[in-house]
Amino acid sequence: MCLAVPSRVLQIDGLKALVELGGLARQASIMLVPDIQVGDYVLLHAGFAIQKLDEREAEETIRLLAEIAEGEQT
Amino acid sequence: MRFIDEFRNSAVAHGLAVRIRKKQVRPVNLMEVCGTHTVAIFKHGIRQFLPEKVSLLSGPGCPVCVTPNADIDKAIALAQNGGVILTTFGDMMTVPGSYSSLHQANAAGADIRVVYSVLDALRIAQDNPHRSVVFLGVGFETTAPTTASAILEAERLGIENFFFLSVHKLIPPAMRALLDSDGVRIDGFICPGHVSTIIGSHPYEFIAKEYGIPCVIAGFEPLDILQAIDMLLVQVTTQEARVDIQYRRAVRKEGNPLALRYMDKVFEVTKSTWRGIGPIPGSGLRLRQGYERFDAESAFQIVTRPPREAKGCRCGEILRGVCIPSDCRLFAKACTPEHPVGPCMVSTEGTCSAWYLYGQEDKALSQLREP
Repeated sequence: MCLAVPSRVLQIDGLKALVELGGLARQASIMLVPDIQVGDYVLLHAGFAIQKLDEREAEETIRLLAEIAEGEQT
Repeated sequence: MRFIDEFRNSAVAHGLAVRIRKKQVRPVNLMEVCGTHTVAIFKHGIRQFLPEKVSLLSGPGCPVCVTPNADIDKAIALAQNGGVILTTFGDMMTVPGSYSSLHQANAAGADIRVVYSVLDALRIAQDNPHRSVVFLGVGFETTAPTTASAILEAERLGIENFFFLSVHKLIPPAMRALLDSDGVRIDGFICPGHVSTIIGSHPYEFIAKEYGIPCVIAGFEPLDILQAIDMLLVQVTTQEARVDIQYRRAVRKEGNPLALRYMDKVFEVTKSTWRGIGPIPGSGLRLRQGYERFDAESAFQIVTRPPREAKGCRCGEILRGVCIPSDCRLFAKACTPEHPVGPCMVSTEGTCSAWYLYGQEDKALSQLREP
């Protein structure tokens, strides 16, 4: 029920946006994240973007995880 | 898919698993509070990576499962009022109430429509100006801001035939109630990632400070969950208790302040009854003064018969993590996803449903687990 899916913002029109979800475009409200820009990734939940995804933090997590995994293999 | 595939890398998962297995810890019970985590843990076979001494328990984090019969009965009574169109999320339709489900009421003639978003309910209200459209608002802090936004929209657009029946619930007060209840033994919480995108990390601080229990806010991909477990075990072994954020790409300490502001504008906190736990102070939301005209409970007279519970169903105990589905004598016999007796079997995020769908395989895998 608390499922939220990463989606890329394709177009913004006021507080509505067109977002890409698994290759399909769909409407979403950006009332809860009005500062997002085209090209940003958001978490989509029940027709609303609820949070912007932070690409830098994502890369940092991936880097850290890869380091852990490498450390365990050697 | 971006932000998903990179968190499913199997080589990295194995590395994390090795690291977790190497940790010298006493046997621990870690509880995933959120139903979406429960499903992800089963779907990705997370348990097969874990040593025997690390047990995962499912908590009360499936909103459908914790909605008591009395609230389902209320929604059904509302839907049976001729002028009303009741709208809700699909998960709610087959939940058995005391006497029937919304699905059965729909088959018997009530106008009940499944929506993907509360905005669809708003649209139905605009398209049917002579009918009253009620949205049965179920969900935790992830979903409540979307309902708040829709009510603000209805106000802005002057939509007068849109009403709201609140069964929204709040997670942190339920975690406190759980910790205060008998028979519960939890050594760490995997905190709900998407609830936390809204509320941030502060609302869990009391768990670390007052109860000394480690908390990690986790994402939903396999690497997220494994990393969160590893982070919890670090806190357990160093005998620390704090709230860490693993799901850093989506969760900030302060959450989503605008979403919190909308929620606070429209709703006030109230007591709410949870299946399996009972009434919990401050764990529900009702419309604030100034927004009462959207309140379905004051707009319509709702008459229901006294609620009753299914005999033998142990969903209540399962929701508190004090027993597991296979302890219930109805599980996989009288109670299956096709013929659910309790709500934990109805919802796709229910613990019983997840056990039924993935549990047997999981058990087989646990026998193959390394010593």
